[in-house]
Amino acid sequence: MSALEPTTLSAERRAGWAWRPFALTLPALVLLAAVIGYPLITIVLRSLSEPEWGVQNYAWFFGAPVNLAVLQRTFAISAWVTLVCVVCAYPYAYLMTAVGPRVRLVLVLCVLIPFWVSGVVRTLSWVILLQDSGVINSLLRSADFAGIRLIRTQTGVVIGMAQVLLPFMILPLYSVMKGIDIRLVQAARSLGARPSRAFFTVYLPLSLPGVYAGAVIVFILALGFYITPALLGGPRSTMLSTLVQTQVLSLLQWGRGGAMGVVLLVTTFLLLALAAPVMRSRHREAGRR
Amino acid sequence: MEMKPLTRAVLGLVCLLVAIWLVAPTLVVVPMSFNGNKSLAFPPQGFSWQWYQNFVTNPEWSTAFLNSLKVASIVAVLATVLGTLAAFGLDRMKARPANLLRMLMLTPMVVPGVVLAIGIYAVYLDAQLVGTLPGFVLAHTILALPFVLIAVSANLEVFDRRLETAAASLGAGALTTFRTVTLPLILPGILSGLLFAFATSFDEIIVSLFITNPYLKTLPVQIFSSITRDADPTVAAVGTILLCATTILIGGGMLLLGRERKGRL
Repeated sequence: MSALEPTTLSAERRAGWAWRPFALTLPALVLLAAVIGYPLITIVLRSLSEPEWGVQNYAWFFGAPVNLAVLQRTFAISAWVTLVCVVCAYPYAYLMTAVGPRVRLVLVLCVLIPFWVSGVVRTLSWVILLQDSGVINSLLRSADFAGIRLIRTQTGVVIGMAQVLLPFMILPLYSVMKGIDIRLVQAARSLGARPSRAFFTVYLPLSLPGVYAGAVIVFILALGFYITPALLGGPRSTMLSTLVQTQVLSLLQWGRGGAMGVVLLVTTFLLLALAAPVMRSRHREAGRR
Repeated sequence: MEMKPLTRAVLGLVCLLVAIWLVAPTLVVVPMSFNGNKSLAFPPQGFSWQWYQNFVTNPEWSTAFLNSLKVASIVAVLATVLGTLAAFGLDRMKARPANLLRMLMLTPMVVPGVVLAIGIYAVYLDAQLVGTLPGFVLAHTILALPFVLIAVSANLEVFDRRLETAAASLGAGALTTFRTVTLPLILPGILSGLLFAFATSFDEIIVSLFITNPYLKTLPVQIFSSITRDADPTVAAVGTILLCATTILIGGGMLLLGRERKGRL
């Protein structure tokens, strides 16, 4: 590996080494092709060929109002989760840049510990909190309030998902905010801008790339969420992933399930492709600094 | 940015609430795990260790735990080896193909879990890999690979390649150079990749739910089916154990890191 430096090698040996970097990536690529590539191709083919060749499964998916309602709900829940995450993460990430190293460590730990705790366990704790005999409802009842329905509702799903996804918003936001030159805000203030104006015209625009990056990640992850909606949601908060699972495991409709999966996959990649240019320009800016 | 006291107080309060929202909900499993009744209703009644006992003695739970340990250990080693090799390859390639291949290798992170799960399930049904150890290991390895790649690549980016040239010019062979110069310097990246790979596999649920069968269940699958089946507080006991293990691991890692930094200064 070391001997790639031209000074230490004869031209003849170098020619023999040129393929080595690629050879090193080969085992990973083979596994990738076998365990990701081949399965995804299988799903696309099945969506087009079962029970017979054609686009009938896609026609079925986009033709049934039930499916469209679920698709719309998946987008709506993901949008809500993204919004909740932005609103909660923005002040939190800002505070991370503004405090001393000790408090910052505590704030970082608060983000990282849930990040590391098993996802199923975190969803379990939301079940315990939100259920009809759960923590929130028993507190409400002991305070003589009427209980509220949280589990098997869209609100419950959004609360649980946003908590699981919040670190994905805080971390990119923090990394952008860390790089903002606070003297720019001070300059705006010294030129007579009120604090709110300095914030909205200087700080906020500079932090937007972080908001954007975090929002894309959270929205995309939320679109494909399965465990949280399955455990916290009910029939009226079904998301696309659950529908895919029902079609394949319960109804053995590989074609229809596959078509839904392809819709989910294509949407995800489209969003990523739309977001990529903006993220890249952010990288370039960071490089210039 | 200087702030009015009121703004500062509101900001502090909001952040406190967010921090509580991040950490506190998970802690609710701790009191539930000592429940005297077989119920997950709040508040827990009485006190007992029986759910911890059940976790250790009930073969359903202990086997699932051991399965997860087994799968995650193999995955950690396999993904670390493959990921480190790939990271080296990409590091030494021309920028254009390297970027393309890197993007390809990161796809497992963005493909929606269920889509991947039905794909792998379809292929495994044909290949008779459903409910087998190799099946779990292969699927988890590919999901863990991106994390190793990112961790090791980050380390290689700051690695000074002239050190290798220096070693080679002093007469060290390729293998000796790697063992005595390169490996020690990128070891932090490899180790964090290893840890991430282990955690990814140990925690993986969506693909596992599809490729599991009664003969081979991992811990997350067992937890999931227990939650959906009945209100067995054993899940809370398992959650508490995992929570403690995670906290000790992160805390220990942070302490080690802190000490190392101080030692260097």
